[in-house]
Amino acid sequence: MTVLSGQDLPRDGEALQGAALHARLERTWGDAPGLWGWLTTTDHKKIGRRYIVTAFVFMALAGVLALAMRLQLAGPEKALMTPDRYNQLFTMHGTTMMFLFAVPVMEAMAIYLVPLMIGTRNISFPRLNAFSYWMYLAGGILLWVAFLLNIGPDAGWFSYTPLSGPQFSPGKRVDIWAQMITFTEVAALAVAVEIVATILKQRAPGMTLSRMPLFVWTMLVVALMVIFSMPSVALGSGLLISDRLIGTHFYNAYEHGDPLLWQHLFWFFGHPEVYIIFLPGAGFVSHITETFTRRPVFAYPAMVLSLVTVGLLAFGVWVHHMFATGLPRTGYAFYTAATMAVSIPAGIQIFCWIATIWDGRPRFKVPFLYVFAFIFTFVIGGLSGVMQASVPIDLQVHDTYFIVAHFHYVLVGGAVFPLLGAIDYWFPKVTGRMMGEALGKVSFWLVFLGFQVTFFPMHLLGMWGMPRRVYTYPTGMGWDEMNLIATMGSFALAAGFVLYIVNALNSARRGAIAGPNPWDAAGLEWATASPPPQYNFAHIPVVTSRTPLWDNRNHLPVMTGLRVDDREVLLTTVMDAVPDLREPSALPSIWPLASALATTCMFIASIFTPWAVVIGTFPIAAALIAWFWPKGPMSPEPVIE
Amino acid sequence: MRAGRHEWAVALPLPLLALLSGCGGIQTIGGREGRDAALINDLFTLFCIVTGIFFAAIMAFLFAAYWRRRGWRADRMAEEDERLAAPSRGGALRVGMFLWTGAVVGGLMGLAVASFFTDRGLAHPNSDNKPVVSIELTGNQWWWDAKYHFHDPSKDFRTANELHIPLGAATYIVLKANDVIHSFWVPNLAGKQDLIPGHLNDIVLVPTRAGHYRGQCAEYCGLQHAHMALDIVVDTPADYQRWVARQQQTAPPPADPQARAGYVYFMNKQCSACHTIAGTPAGGQVAPDLTHVASRATIAAGTLPNTVGSMHAWVADPQGVKPGNNMPYIGLNADELHAVVAYLETLK
Repeated sequence: MTVLSGQDLPRDGEALQGAALHARLERTWGDAPGLWGWLTTTDHKKIGRRYIVTAFVFMALAGVLALAMRLQLAGPEKALMTPDRYNQLFTMHGTTMMFLFAVPVMEAMAIYLVPLMIGTRNISFPRLNAFSYWMYLAGGILLWVAFLLNIGPDAGWFSYTPLSGPQFSPGKRVDIWAQMITFTEVAALAVAVEIVATILKQRAPGMTLSRMPLFVWTMLVVALMVIFSMPSVALGSGLLISDRLIGTHFYNAYEHGDPLLWQHLFWFFGHPEVYIIFLPGAGFVSHITETFTRRPVFAYPAMVLSLVTVGLLAFGVWVHHMFATGLPRTGYAFYTAATMAVSIPAGIQIFCWIATIWDGRPRFKVPFLYVFAFIFTFVIGGLSGVMQASVPIDLQVHDTYFIVAHFHYVLVGGAVFPLLGAIDYWFPKVTGRMMGEALGKVSFWLVFLGFQVTFFPMHLLGMWGMPRRVYTYPTGMGWDEMNLIATMGSFALAAGFVLYIVNALNSARRGAIAGPNPWDAAGLEWATASPPPQYNFAHIPVVTSRTPLWDNRNHLPVMTGLRVDDREVLLTTVMDAVPDLREPSALPSIWPLASALATTCMFIASIFTPWAVVIGTFPIAAALIAWFWPKGPMSPEPVIE
Repeated sequence: MRAGRHEWAVALPLPLLALLSGCGGIQTIGGREGRDAALINDLFTLFCIVTGIFFAAIMAFLFAAYWRRRGWRADRMAEEDERLAAPSRGGALRVGMFLWTGAVVGGLMGLAVASFFTDRGLAHPNSDNKPVVSIELTGNQWWWDAKYHFHDPSKDFRTANELHIPLGAATYIVLKANDVIHSFWVPNLAGKQDLIPGHLNDIVLVPTRAGHYRGQCAEYCGLQHAHMALDIVVDTPADYQRWVARQQQTAPPPADPQARAGYVYFMNKQCSACHTIAGTPAGGQVAPDLTHVASRATIAAGTLPNTVGSMHAWVADPQGVKPGNNMPYIGLNADELHAVVAYLETLK
């Protein structure tokens, strides 16, 4: 047991432990009661939970849109909706799934899990975290209120110029889309910065980089990818907004602009985005596989290097979305090679997971079933991705239903299946209760089979010439049967999701009590109570191996000496996680919410007038000044051994 | 229209997709009716086989891992623990990982090389295929404007939403866009190329079988993206020459009195402001050229078959047939409508 000493202040240790320590820490780390506490909290678990629930609400909404689209396409020349409505639906579906569900939900899982996994009391920059959530919520509400008012965007989730430009998309629809992007950029970048800082500086003593849990590794890579890719779409949508709002001509071919510039900027972000979405899935799969085979994941260094490699390659493949745009052919060969090369680390990861199962003692609980569903589905999606890396093949299948099938296999198989498994797996940690096993299995099979029936036929439709983003298709093309099958599958898939949510809601109230470590897992998040207390850990754990709870079954070593009268977190060194500094953690505050409201007003008003940018800055500045107003000396204290 | 019946195909594994894609149809990547389409189809089949083998290998490994452990029971836990505690654990798996990685790298290299050479083999302008036909194709929301160019510019003509090209020869098509990005795609003949405002793209088609194919805009281009198709007719060289000769003729003055009345309405109502009919005062450039509209297979960019009935429907209420398109409601009375359609039907 290491002891941190210092001035004569109340600290955890021999003198203060057990119930007395708990009461003291509750007082220090607790939120104000009631609504005020809800609005001002800076606790990563509360914000993470809120983020996850909100993301799932958006997913459900976008899923309903998908069902409506499938009904419209169930047969040829159906007139269930106008083309305008259909175009809004697919734009809203893609935009919501990518910007309001997939990326936020993965970051939200990290907000909740990473501080617990690395053994700290709160995330870095907790107020920024609160601000990020409110911005995300505001952006999502903006988009959906617009849609309900029938001014939802209709230029696709990719909003290619010049279709999305002022000439061909008059009105406010695309402006709302572009500003929603701004909201989610701010939110995602804020979270990415928190995650990187938390992982690099707040790991428990002894958790060297080589002992970091794999989900933490994936989130480190993902957060860095967000930081490097988001500026590209920020620039892209900023130029689009100024084209639309103040008449610049960045994308106007007739005024020396270039519509292809948009595609470069968008896909330089858009392709890393795909890996931003599925790398966390790889992290979930690693944890679930480890726990349910009772073996550490096979070849940990290979897994970590694969993650980092995918993260780097992600930035060299964007042109494979543009093979039909007539760029120089020789250049294309590079992007083909880079895209195919992604299969190498992905293939190594797949091998390592199966090798873990091969060598382990599997228990087929619901989360583990999702691992099998993931491998099956993701491998198909990955292999059809190898096909599209080839320029000649892509020239045929690009923008057909083959692509629709491919990316649903990759994104649902690679991210959503692991996510559903992860929710089932960490559900007892979050709620203190187990998710129902029987209903869990029924919903698993409905989701898995429903998914295959929905999306496998789309491969065939693409090969038989059906293009994407068409609101209807003529009779006699041979597409009718597969479309009908896909529609039927989509309802089975939806039923599976409904059951999953029913199961979750029901289990949160009536599930079996879980205890701290119901799965006998190895990570630090299982070392504390379920649900964890506001301060996460009574004493900061000390890590001596990659699977701390398996190697210290009886007694996990801890470090004492953090102040209990003030919110204090322990900072450790970047590589070796040696105790370094004690840093105050921000108190609850209403100002992140106020700043988010002020920023929201400015963003939304700027859709209507450029003057909003000038005038709207003042309330934001005022809110930020209040947020950062110094409350006395708050410099980090060194650790005194 | 021919179309495959494919409902049994869902159960088939991935490699068989390649074979399935060979089913007949006027808009399918398995069509093989163009030189490029056949090359790409061969490459696609190769990719399906190789990726299919990898898929089978992964699934076999996964199933074996599951099967190996299926009988594990709690009372054997101690025995298992002992076995697994042995230090040699994972040696064979480690070798397996390196072999697997080698196989993945080797497979990918093979596919990349095959893809590269197929790409090189696709028809390019300036390659051995000396183009004998030169077309300038412009994408518009939501129709295709085609100009056939000849050495003697007086022979040039314009048509819309239908291309005829000669069998066995290379046709060179310059691709342009007037408004937003579109994509030219006739899967039976070749892959797609985008039409981008401010850019000049091109594509070379070398059809190998005469027939009637369908192409469709493949880049989302707004409200009626779904109704932006075009007909591609691959003619024998003799048929093609006959077709060209006919297209180069201007429209004859109508003989029939009803058609003559229609001619008058056409020229005096809004129609002639947008449409061209060569040999008449109608010279609008922003809508499809109608000089030979009655000879085409479909109207409104593949939305309706070109029959007298659908021509009535279209002229009477273009917004009902294809909501949002740029042809306005004219408000013809029944006599005027019949007359205009009768005139259009003379434009063979």
